[in-house]
Amino acid sequence: MTVFLVLTVLFLFAITIWQMKKIFNLSRLKPQDNSQIATENDNNNQGKLMLGFLVFFYIFLIVGFWNWTSVLLPESGSEHGKDIDQLMLISMILIFTVLIITHFLLLYFAFKYRGIKNRKAIFFADNDQLEFVWTIIPVIVLSGLIIYGLFTWTDIMNIHEDDDPIIVELYAKQFIWEARYSGQDNTLGQANVRFIEGVNTMGVDVSDAYAADDVPARELHLPVGRKVLFKMRSQDVLHSAYMPHFRAQMNVVPGMITQFALTPDITTADARQSDEIIKKVANINKLREEKSKGLVAKGFEALDPYEFDYLLLCNKICGASHYNMQMKIIVETQEEFDAWIAEQKTLSQTLNP
Amino acid sequence: MSTEANVHAVDHHDDHGHHHHKQTFIDKYIFSTDHKMISKQYLITGLFMGIIGIAMSLLFRMQLAWPDTHFTIYEIFLGKWGADGVMDPNVYLALVTIHGTIMVFFVLTAGLSGTFSNLLIPLQIGARDMASGFLNMISYWMFFLSSIIMLLSLFVEAGPANAGWTIYPPLSALPQAIPGSGAGMTLWLTSMAIFIASSLLGSLNYIVTVINLRTKGMSMTRLPLTIWAFFLTAIIGVVSFPVLLSAALMLIMDRSFGTSFFLSDIYIAGEVLHNQGGSPVLFEHLFWFLGHPEVYIVILPALGITSEIIATNSRKPIFGYRAMIASILAIAFLSTIVWAHHMFVSGMNPFLGSVFTFTTLLIAIPSAVKAFNYITTLWKGNLQFNPAMLFSIGLVSTFISGGLTGIILGDSALDINVHDTYFVVAHFHLVMGISALYGFFAGIYHWFPKMFGKMMNKNLGYIHFWVTVIGAYGIFFPMHFIGMAGLPRRYYTNTAFPYFDDLANINVVITIFAIITAAAQLVFLYNFISSIFYGKRPTKNPWRSNTLEWTTEIKHIHGNWDGDIPHVYRWSYDYSKLNKDETDYVLAGQDFIPQNIPIQENEEEMNH
Ligand code: HEM
Ligand SMILES: [Cu+2]
Ligand SMILES: [Cu+2]
Repeated sequence: MTVFLVLTVLFLFAITIWQMKKIFNLSRLKPQDNSQIATENDNNNQGKLMLGFLVFFYIFLIVGFWNWTSVLLPESGSEHGKDIDQLMLISMILIFTVLIITHFLLLYFAFKYRGIKNRKAIFFADNDQLEFVWTIIPVIVLSGLIIYGLFTWTDIMNIHEDDDPIIVELYAKQFIWEARYSGQDNTLGQANVRFIEGVNTMGVDVSDAYAADDVPARELHLPVGRKVLFKMRSQDVLHSAYMPHFRAQMNVVPGMITQFALTPDITTADARQSDEIIKKVANINKLREEKSKGLVAKGFEALDPYEFDYLLLCNKICGASHYNMQMKIIVETQEEFDAWIAEQKTLSQTLNP
Repeated sequence: MSTEANVHAVDHHDDHGHHHHKQTFIDKYIFSTDHKMISKQYLITGLFMGIIGIAMSLLFRMQLAWPDTHFTIYEIFLGKWGADGVMDPNVYLALVTIHGTIMVFFVLTAGLSGTFSNLLIPLQIGARDMASGFLNMISYWMFFLSSIIMLLSLFVEAGPANAGWTIYPPLSALPQAIPGSGAGMTLWLTSMAIFIASSLLGSLNYIVTVINLRTKGMSMTRLPLTIWAFFLTAIIGVVSFPVLLSAALMLIMDRSFGTSFFLSDIYIAGEVLHNQGGSPVLFEHLFWFLGHPEVYIVILPALGITSEIIATNSRKPIFGYRAMIASILAIAFLSTIVWAHHMFVSGMNPFLGSVFTFTTLLIAIPSAVKAFNYITTLWKGNLQFNPAMLFSIGLVSTFISGGLTGIILGDSALDINVHDTYFVVAHFHLVMGISALYGFFAGIYHWFPKMFGKMMNKNLGYIHFWVTVIGAYGIFFPMHFIGMAGLPRRYYTNTAFPYFDDLANINVVITIFAIITAAAQLVFLYNFISSIFYGKRPTKNPWRSNTLEWTTEIKHIHGNWDGDIPHVYRWSYDYSKLNKDETDYVLAGQDFIPQNIPIQENEEEMNH
């Protein structure tokens, strides 16, 4: 792929140089005209270049899609993510249709009506029907999109208590994520930064009866097929909990609790078996091996091979190490999850060992 | 031109048309109150800031493309923050922050709007100068001062502001959270406060001038679209900039006087802060109440400029003049009620998200109308490909391709997954950054003869255009992909996530395009500077245009017109208009009718 990219760049470079040369030649041929106003000759050349640009534009789109669709996010690992992807696909198709048509019109007209051979322009200042048509078409299309989008949005953001979600706190601080499971009672104990002390790093109010069975964790385990409601708190500055594979994101704001609910529906193990991810991982590992060769030659350690995991990233600038604020997410079966959580220490166990 | 003896026609400005007094160097070039000189001052300052802003983007792009390579360049430009050729993460964020600030405010707000509003408002409406030349001068010098302060902030001990150009607190309020939020942020806020004051003075002046000083016959429906755009830009500025000022003042108080507008429940550097009850989300509302209109403040002048240039160089009237005005009005109004589309995942009530999705997609409609009208203006024209025309067509292209992705970002459900990723970076660079930059270039190529009394070299202009237009797509088109791959913006390096390893190649491609594109700007700079000194002398109306600025002498005089101010008898778009019998143009052998030419006998009268 790298080769292809390099070739594309070289190809573009060549076009550029070819154009420059052409322009220089032209300017040498006609030394007598230096009014610096476009002549018929310029109009002819630039008009043709506009057509060339149209072709370039389409090729660039195709090459882009050909090369880079493989880097896009794999199939959504959450239920609502599938709706988002569907809406995204529809919007994308619409966008590309409009993009391709408008660019054809814009650049083809530029070519066709280039000012040569004493062309005469027409005096065409207004046409109410035409303008009505292209006002009403966007109105209709956008109304459709708005309605579809709003239904999707409301579905995602409205949280129903009767879904019986498990409640998990995501706790952000420079540059670490922590999690707190609400335990047997499925209710989080109250918390405030003023309670932070020693191992009570999340500032949980230990006098709150709901707090004792809460389970702090440094890795996010989620049972597949069960709705989880994240309650988010920040200790210092804004952060944003971004889980791209779940199509989920919510800012984490000091002084308030924000929330986002989702239902993971593909376990990590299953995701690793999907064709898309196998291919992606193989490609990444190939790149890492290449890079490792260079590193080893310089006397550094080789890179570890990569294995796919769901990720929680920070997506709101939060300081020097913003780029490295991450937590691993593991989606597993209910049994695996129960086994894992049983092994974890509850808050009261951590605080009173 | 017929000068009817109408007493009312002689407005009070006419009588001081032409008087010579000795001007010292300082009066003429430095503390000038002449709008043409002030416009040049804005232009030069804006270009200078632009060079710095773009140079910064090259530095951080190199870091993104080759995160493991040591570059001596970093050591040269960044000093202790580039020691050993390795860029410090904090200085990476500082570069991004100052790049964004400079490009949005100093280049494309002050540089673009300041240059062309100042140059064109008096010249195109037929006025001797701005309503207040003195305030105009003050406005420029405040802008200059704010630029100096912004540049000085690069040299403070702990580094310049680096909380992003959106300076969200608490990050921007707490030096414990990031070093740039110390003295660097204080200077940033000071600079911006002065900038806002400058912008308000400028805008008020533009508004008053357009309302009061139009020459006889220049009704609002005969104004060139440039003036309409500058006029509404100024109004949007007056409505929204004060809100940013108040946000900045509240932030200053939180920082220095212990108030809690935006801060609550914070534990940092081992201690709990006393602040209680404030909300960072409030700041986001205030910031974007300016921030969104700001993108229209940036783009509307560019659209106005290209409307004029496309019509002139198509030798056709702009298609749908009234619809264009209606769209500008609609955009100006709607732009003040869409701000929270930047905040869908900020933690605000999801119902608000629905409302703002609705208003946001509404604003797509007038924008679409504008794009269609531009394309129709080209149809059956007689296109003259001067460099300004090329950049105007480039603008239509990027305005469409960047605007379309706005449909995704404005849709709250879709924004969830692309918010704050490189998809956003790609979107706003195309629709606002690059489009406005093309408008800026178009304006410079087109009005250079008016500003400097010289022509720019067209062949260098062609090279500049083609490399830039291909390069800009080369930079920003691939960014959509890495954004949809889930890559967050404002990351110092992507190597902390093996998951993103397959994006490294694309980042290299982007950076190479960025370097090529930046190099093409050197061609422009060379052309600009050498043309000022050695450019060819233009004729009085080189582009055969209808607007009034081309009726003035090439040599600048105070008061613009040597004799009386011309009166206006028609709109500015009578290109290729035929006479009643359709045997020839209205003025035989000339395909344009300047605004100061009275209606001819052999001409059908339009309703303008
Ligand atoms: C050679 C041209 C340019 C290049 C290569 C470039 C590149 C970039 C990149 C890669 C970022 C994102 C960094 C990040 O989020 O991590 C960025 C940020 C930004 N750029 Fe540019 N840019 C260019 C020109 C412009 C122009 C003309 C504008 C004018 C509007 C602009 C405005 C911004 C803004 C507002 C930001 C956001 C800063 C922030 O995140 O705080 N840039 N630029
Ligand atoms: Cu963070
Ligand atoms: Cu906006």
